[in-house]
Amino acid sequence: MPKGDVPAFNAHGVWAIYRFEMARSLRTIVQSLVTPVLTTSLYFVVFGAAIGGRMGEVDGVSYGAFIVPGLIMLSLFTESIFNASFGIYFPKFTGTIYEVLSAPVSAFEILIGYVGAAATKSIVLGLVILMTAALFVPLEIAHPLAMVAFLVLTAVTFSLFGFIIGVWANGFEQLQLIPMLIVMPLTFLGGAFYSIAMLPEPWDKIALFNPVVYLVSGFRWSFFETSDVPVGLSLGLTAGFFCVCVGIVWWIFRTGYRLKS
Amino acid sequence: MSSVLTVSGLGKTYASGVTALSDIDLSIERGEIFALLGPNGAGKTTLISIICGIVTPSTGTITVDGHDISRDWRAARARIGLVPQELATDSFENPLATVRFSRGLFGRPPDPAHLERVLRDLSLWDKRKARIMTLSGGMKRRVMIAKALAHEPDILFLDEPTAGVDVELRRDMWALVRELRDKGTTIILTTHYIDEAEEMADRIGVMRKGRLIVVEEKETLIRKLGKKQLTLHLPEALPSIPEALAPWGLTLSEGGARLDYTFDTQADSTGIPSLLRRMDELGIVWRDLNTRQSSLEEIFVSLVRETA
Repeated sequence: MPKGDVPAFNAHGVWAIYRFEMARSLRTIVQSLVTPVLTTSLYFVVFGAAIGGRMGEVDGVSYGAFIVPGLIMLSLFTESIFNASFGIYFPKFTGTIYEVLSAPVSAFEILIGYVGAAATKSIVLGLVILMTAALFVPLEIAHPLAMVAFLVLTAVTFSLFGFIIGVWANGFEQLQLIPMLIVMPLTFLGGAFYSIAMLPEPWDKIALFNPVVYLVSGFRWSFFETSDVPVGLSLGLTAGFFCVCVGIVWWIFRTGYRLKS
Repeated sequence: MSSVLTVSGLGKTYASGVTALSDIDLSIERGEIFALLGPNGAGKTTLISIICGIVTPSTGTITVDGHDISRDWRAARARIGLVPQELATDSFENPLATVRFSRGLFGRPPDPAHLERVLRDLSLWDKRKARIMTLSGGMKRRVMIAKALAHEPDILFLDEPTAGVDVELRRDMWALVRELRDKGTTIILTTHYIDEAEEMADRIGVMRKGRLIVVEEKETLIRKLGKKQLTLHLPEALPSIPEALAPWGLTLSEGGARLDYTFDTQADSTGIPSLLRRMDELGIVWRDLNTRQSSLEEIFVSLVRETA
């Protein structure tokens, strides 16, 4: 291709962003993988062995195994949001974003690069946690394809959400605000460590307004075929959240919100 | 020469109501070095940022090598390299990785030989695997130039390229810019250093309050707008300027031993022969005389003041 001509899809540009973001994680491989694995192991020691031994079974599943999907989802949410928000916020903070904005890469290509890398990292992390969990509790996955589908869809959706937060944030405090004040509480209250059927009234009904309930429930169904809400509803809500995030990102690039003057 | 960049009727008004640019018309010739001068807040960086796609224009059109930056933005942007004013680098990366990233970002396939050439030309090859955060300020600025050259652009924008760099690096930068121009790259630079523009530019544009008030060949600008001064050194000091010499608007200094006459080089008559004749008639003798051309800096200051 002659110099100065860029194809309709700038694959080199997408690869450059993706590779750059992945390289950033490889530089911090210890924090990226060892820390979550250690944290997950501690969860199993505390909730699985110490407390789980007294809990009995939940929906016919041992408590140790029951919390595995919730733990993976918890890491998936936080890591996807962190990776994607930091990925786009840091160039804004350092000023290097000028290069991406002046390059012949479309909004869609930028998104594939940043969100693709963030989602890849969290999917790898989710699988590492799954393997770690298998060391502590016997695990069987009833619907492996559905499990992978939920894993990928959730990682991509929350990476998109993280990208939005990264564009919106004007400081490191704001970067942490939504993950700490909204996502983390919703996850803990979303049935990551229990079935919402275990909640007393009216909390079992109120919990249904928490979107995380649907994500955890659907993911747990793919493991044990038990769920708090119908799996179709879980899938629909995850897909719906994905569409909302795509819509917001499309608007960000169309208006240049907090990216362009 | 043909135009490689055309700006027509460009304007930028921010949501706050502040107008940063008004009615900018500009044509840049292929292979020239064009210097954009102007005080802080004149709109130089805004103009560059719009051409490079970082800021959205309110009005007007821009074409790069015939490609409209809005409709045919991929082709337009692929031809441009930008070195911004601020030192914005990926501190944890190394120079080789960051230029590789830049080349890919601009849609160009890997070319290790070209990247090596760029890094060697900028004396960065030995530091190619060092973290950028460990490099000096001058080295970081070279890294930014290397990033802008990684995709072999036809037009290179240098926004205040030598701000805050030492004299040696400044000279190196000038040499590099000339070398790039010799290879066919069009250079557009903004600078606060008038001597930089005087040293390097083929043409000069002066901006003030968002308007492009002058665009001229450097020599023409100096010739047209520059004034010359004739200085006469007198062996016998004058107590004051005689009434008969009033039409020339002379100034007396050095205790009456020096007369200065400022004249317009573009006028039909400089007035020098008649002045010297009149002085002779009045019996005023001069020991020595010399003339001096206004510097670009003096022209710039007067231009900016005139349009204030």
